[in-house]
Amino acid sequence: MKTFQYLRPASLAEALDLLARHGPAARLVAGGTDVMVDFKKNGLEADILVSLRRLTDLRYIREGNGQVHIGGLTTLRDLERSSLVARRIPGLADAARVMASVQIRNVATVAGNICNAAPSADTAPPLLAAGTQVRLVSPAGSRDIPLDQFFTGPRKTIRRPDEILTEFVVPIPSGPYSQAFWKHARRKAMDLAMVSVAVHLELEDDLVTCRQARIAHGVAAPTPIRTPEAEERLKGKKITPELLEGIGEASCEETLCRDSIRGQAWYREEIIRVMVRRMALRALERCRMGRPA
Amino acid sequence: MGYLEKIVKHVLEFTVNGEPVTVLVQPHEMLLAVLRDHLGLTGAKEGCGLGECGACTVLVDGVSVNSCLFPALEAEGALVTTIEGLMVDDGRLSPLQQAFVDHGAVQCGFCTPGMVMSAEALLAETPHPTEKQVRAGLAGNLCRCTGYNQIIEAVLAAGESSDSNPKPGNEPGKERP
Ligand SMILES: Cc1cc2nc3c(=O)[nH]c(=O)nc-3n(C[C@H](O)[C@H](O)[C@H](O)COP(=O)(O)OP(=O)(O)OC[C@H]3O[C@@H](n4cnc5c(N)ncnc54)[C@H](O)[C@@H]3O)c2cc1C
Ligand code: FES
Ligand code: FES
Repeated sequence: MKTFQYLRPASLAEALDLLARHGPAARLVAGGTDVMVDFKKNGLEADILVSLRRLTDLRYIREGNGQVHIGGLTTLRDLERSSLVARRIPGLADAARVMASVQIRNVATVAGNICNAAPSADTAPPLLAAGTQVRLVSPAGSRDIPLDQFFTGPRKTIRRPDEILTEFVVPIPSGPYSQAFWKHARRKAMDLAMVSVAVHLELEDDLVTCRQARIAHGVAAPTPIRTPEAEERLKGKKITPELLEGIGEASCEETLCRDSIRGQAWYREEIIRVMVRRMALRALERCRMGRPA
Repeated sequence: MGYLEKIVKHVLEFTVNGEPVTVLVQPHEMLLAVLRDHLGLTGAKEGCGLGECGACTVLVDGVSVNSCLFPALEAEGALVTTIEGLMVDDGRLSPLQQAFVDHGAVQCGFCTPGMVMSAEALLAETPHPTEKQVRAGLAGNLCRCTGYNQIIEAVLAAGESSDSNPKPGNEPGKERP
């Protein structure tokens, strides 16, 4: 069996140094729930694994400056149990609850989910809908990138090999807002999404007029995507079920659904049409109840 | 990479079921293999080897993990608990294990060690779970024999009879497994 070197740096600086030193031979591993499966199934291309598990100071969820800051090493279980996430990023809380199993969520990280960049990555649509920025750190410095510019293809991102994703920055809107996320899968647990829908709505004080909206999907294109034209059509409008019918249709038109073993394109589109409306209504209801989740 | 580098083994020290152990492991070995092949603790089972079935579930620092995907080297310094460690000191089954027996929750038994460890982790956090919480807590454990109902009844019964309070678990900021 092919083996590898397994390095466990104790600090971000040390991890960055190892990445820079070993170049393309090295691959990062956080929770390992994608990397170890890849190793066992396909034999892994990297000779050196650089583990981030000792960087415990990159595991946090905190609020400050009108933003929620989530450390890259935060686990899916941390998200699921965080009252801050439930209150401020309810769409992300929806996602964490329906991912994998307890055992996987205990070790799987948010950065791992996003950097693995599967079209089905469940944290991607709610983070996209929330308007998230990611912080990438390299020996040369750090850069903040909007998540909607991060994915470039299936399992491809703009991350350079010498960069580590250290933080997600999620803005907190000043007015009323809420979110909802739907993962469509055959089973309630331990299944990848057939398609998924995240809706983020910001409202005027009348709680009827849409100030801003973001709509994002998983498995509806080669990468997780937003559908900006549909979002634009909500802006400034009074939200009604009738209006939302059209938004579901519009959002669907911006996707590139295809047939796969998990489902057919027409079915995915049908789910998007219906679930954009339902998730918008759920977000609206959460907003009006004043308790996001 | 030279020949010597390729066969390099690391000294790994951790505590399993209360006993400190030292083993020599290769970098690609998973915790499951170390437990079963190096330490003879064959309670945890290898079903899928890919995180899907939960037969390999053990606790690392009190947190349930799939040991088939858990790099052994990450267990350095950790407190690992396997099914062998649940027995009460005088050799009796733990109340949770006894509940599995009493409710007919064991048929072929292959899934049982993993099921019990997942249930143990759930009850440590949520001593009196609802049926929904039990189902969610065991979602990562497959059983091809029982149809699950007996297992869920066993865990609910163990929850009802326990008088424990939640133990601190896997909080942000704490050393992660
Ligand atoms: C049984 C099973 C069920 C699953 N169910 C789901 C599911 O329901 N939904 C879902 O979306 N996914 C699921 N997954 C996939 C996986 O668990 C998630 O994608 C998880 O979040 C990956 O996180 P990780 O920390 O384990 O990543 P790792 O495997 O450690 O890493 C994944 C990738 O990200 C890179 N990486 C990790 N951390 C960083 C960082 N900080 N900076 C830069 N690059 C980094 C690694 O190099 C690697 O390429 C499942 C996996 C399994 C085995
Ligand atoms: S053997 Fe580990 S999950 Fe199946
Ligand atoms: S008892 Fe046979 S697999 Fe569960």
